[in-house]
Amino acid sequence: MSENRIPALEVKHITKRFPGVVANDDVNLTLCKGEILALLGENGAGKSTLMNIIYGLYKPTEGEIYVNGKKAEMRNPKDAIALGIGMVHQHFQLVPVMTVAENIMLGAESVKKNGLLDIKKVAREITELSHRYHLDVDPYATVEDLPVGVQQRVEIIKALYREAEILILDEPTAVLTPQEIEGLFEIMKRLQAQGKSIIFISHKLKEVLYISDRIVVLRDGKVVGETTPAEATQEKLAAMMVGREVILTVDKKPARPGDVVLEVKNLRAKSDLGDEALRGVSFQVREGEILGVAGVQGNGQTELVEVITSLKKAEGGQVIINGEDMTNASPRAITQKGQSSHVPEDRHAYGMVSTYSVADNLVLNTYNLPPFAKGITVNRPAIIEHAEKLIQEFDVRTPSPHTMAGSLSGGNQQKMVVAREFSRPIKLLIAAQPTRGIDVGSIEFIHNQIVAKRDEGVAVLLVSSELDEIMSLSDRIAVMYKGEIIDIVPREEATRENIGLLMAGVKRGEKVSVAG
Amino acid sequence: MSSPTRFKKTSLIALAVAIVLIIIGIVVNLLPIPDDSMWRVLFGVSTLNFTLRATVPLALGAMAGILCERTGIINIGIEGMMLAGAFAGFVAKVATNDWPLMASLLVGVAAALAAGAAMGYIHALFSIKFKMDQIISGTFLILLAGGLTSYLFNPDSVAEGKFSPIAIPFLSKIPVIGDIFFNNPPITYAAFIIVIALHIGLFHTKWGLRSRAAGEHPRAADTVGINVNFYRYLNTTLGGMVAGLAGGFLVLEAVGQFQEGMTAGRGFISLAAMIFGNWMPFGALGAATLFGYTQGVQNALLLAGVVNIPRHFISMLPYLVTIIAVAGFVGRVRPPAAEGKVYETEGSSE
Repeated sequence: MSENRIPALEVKHITKRFPGVVANDDVNLTLCKGEILALLGENGAGKSTLMNIIYGLYKPTEGEIYVNGKKAEMRNPKDAIALGIGMVHQHFQLVPVMTVAENIMLGAESVKKNGLLDIKKVAREITELSHRYHLDVDPYATVEDLPVGVQQRVEIIKALYREAEILILDEPTAVLTPQEIEGLFEIMKRLQAQGKSIIFISHKLKEVLYISDRIVVLRDGKVVGETTPAEATQEKLAAMMVGREVILTVDKKPARPGDVVLEVKNLRAKSDLGDEALRGVSFQVREGEILGVAGVQGNGQTELVEVITSLKKAEGGQVIINGEDMTNASPRAITQKGQSSHVPEDRHAYGMVSTYSVADNLVLNTYNLPPFAKGITVNRPAIIEHAEKLIQEFDVRTPSPHTMAGSLSGGNQQKMVVAREFSRPIKLLIAAQPTRGIDVGSIEFIHNQIVAKRDEGVAVLLVSSELDEIMSLSDRIAVMYKGEIIDIVPREEATRENIGLLMAGVKRGEKVSVAG
Repeated sequence: MSSPTRFKKTSLIALAVAIVLIIIGIVVNLLPIPDDSMWRVLFGVSTLNFTLRATVPLALGAMAGILCERTGIINIGIEGMMLAGAFAGFVAKVATNDWPLMASLLVGVAAALAAGAAMGYIHALFSIKFKMDQIISGTFLILLAGGLTSYLFNPDSVAEGKFSPIAIPFLSKIPVIGDIFFNNPPITYAAFIIVIALHIGLFHTKWGLRSRAAGEHPRAADTVGINVNFYRYLNTTLGGMVAGLAGGFLVLEAVGQFQEGMTAGRGFISLAAMIFGNWMPFGALGAATLFGYTQGVQNALLLAGVVNIPRHFISMLPYLVTIIAVAGFVGRVRPPAAEGKVYETEGSSE
């Protein structure tokens, strides 16, 4: 692999300052020919900034970049592309309404003698590339109709079409399903076998250990260490990333369940597409316990949370909170009268207003109550004071309470949502995918907060598609399958195997039938 | 999943309406229907001729809109660009009244194009460089053109002569179709050529691919090394030129004189045609034809002296149809995704 150690890309003493922030601080990095180099770091550690500098999107404040031993001047992505650097961005840079071929040729168009675009030639070249690298894709498909995994393939082909020798993959696994991630890793191995050099950016420890030849860890804009998968462990990597010991398993006392807080009886609901998403769901959550809802995505978990929080109408059944029937009550009644809070699955759509300040986001569901409301006006000083307190308490890394929430990193946005939802006096907490797409440090923090709420006597309903998360937090585990709770298992009896089988729809005691 | 096809169909509806109109027109005019029949009033050659004359500025205005908006610049200032073009064309024509007619008219056209281009460039400058809200900038252009042209206009000046029809050999001899399509003055022909050229340009050339990318997902364009704002400046200026030509048409080809506020809302109806046509050149042409036809019918009904409907109601017809068409199709059309958003390269994204 990298025995010969010929550097393909060298980054020397790169510093990048944004107003008020040093995103990269004297970073040195070498990528050898034919190796997969993992760049590991928490959100906001400066990984994406560094890659954007290499790709010519940002200009470094100081420092130099060498490609194949020669000093390179990257004024814009064009220069980087010309030097054989290709980048697959975390948020795909594809035009949804255009076809695959149009997207791939954009900026590097093939033109016929008469001046018109030569789509056919491009399509042929795409087919050729997809055969060579096993990247199956239809050149004439419209991008918005394609699943995320296929869109990513289009991005990779886009780089290969420009004859990239160095590929930068920025958080490529964040948006993929486990099967798609496996597919991506196969592609990466194949690209490596064909002599491409790859920078793989991630904050997922397992992936980094699995796929890379070498690992460089970035923290607060600085390179804090370099290692190999052979030498490293998840714990070591996590400690390097965060800068202190991280406990990857949650330490918690046995639950002491009290009265029933949330009771769901025979709940029925339709999905947005109109099919039966909930088909008679019943369960109870008691004070001081965490009920984890496991299941493969799309088995009704989303709808379950939406119906309980009244974001979706129940077609049948009951939602009883604190002994009161709250089926189809207004969302405000659920939060205020029901004394519940909700950490939604999609924080951008339901959890926050990206264009509002952090301070305003922190009072989204209490702005109408004193002390934040003063008659018909809002009490600014009280809102700011409240924000400063929560920012401190929940370790939200933001330049100020007035910063636009959308400009924070994912982990800090989520901590902001958690701060708002956890800081009210509540009896019921509904947390859906509370740590999706965020960094290890933030995950640890949020997990501890959830357990702390439980110990205060709050009833917690935790919905997650990460089995690890369910296993480490829950006191009881409910498994959803095709709109039903197929079983509820006490934590002591749960193993990855039996929960995994339940997630696949196989009930306890049932034999796995070959035909099924 | 099927959304893209659905959106494509919407623009075809507009085009189909126009084609059906033409077919009915041909049939009615070939059949021995008496002159005073309602069919003749609604679909006679003179009604359709008038329709075409009303359609040309609307179609050009819509093309101007498509040019700007496909790269992401909202242009509600078409009305102002048209008026500026009309006035500049008029002034240039008056100044060269003693030149040979054709030369003088062509100078008028050049002036109309230049005035439109200047307006387009101002809009681009405000929208891109000064990051002004594009609706405000467009409104400013409308007010500027309205105020300036009425202040500078000298009602005593007279433009002598206007473009006359040029019959296309052979094609103009085709019954009905020849009379309607192939015996027109030059800007009318130019309008059709512009529609076709814009369609080919947008969907089959490098320029079009890059322009559309700039309007749909500017960052994607930027990451492959395309200068988004260059295309935005270029196309907004080109759009201004086309709108200026629409104004030139009114003065140099349709009316022969300038009148204060003579665009009379055509810029806004053009916008409606652009939306109804789903930002597609042929779709917008179809929509412009529909709106032009309502003006043709309005004219024909007024001339025919239809007494039992008050003429004010007939005069409302074009505007009513515009409102119904746009209201009925909102939600079924899809504007360019990045429309109206300033694009900045450095540090604008996470």
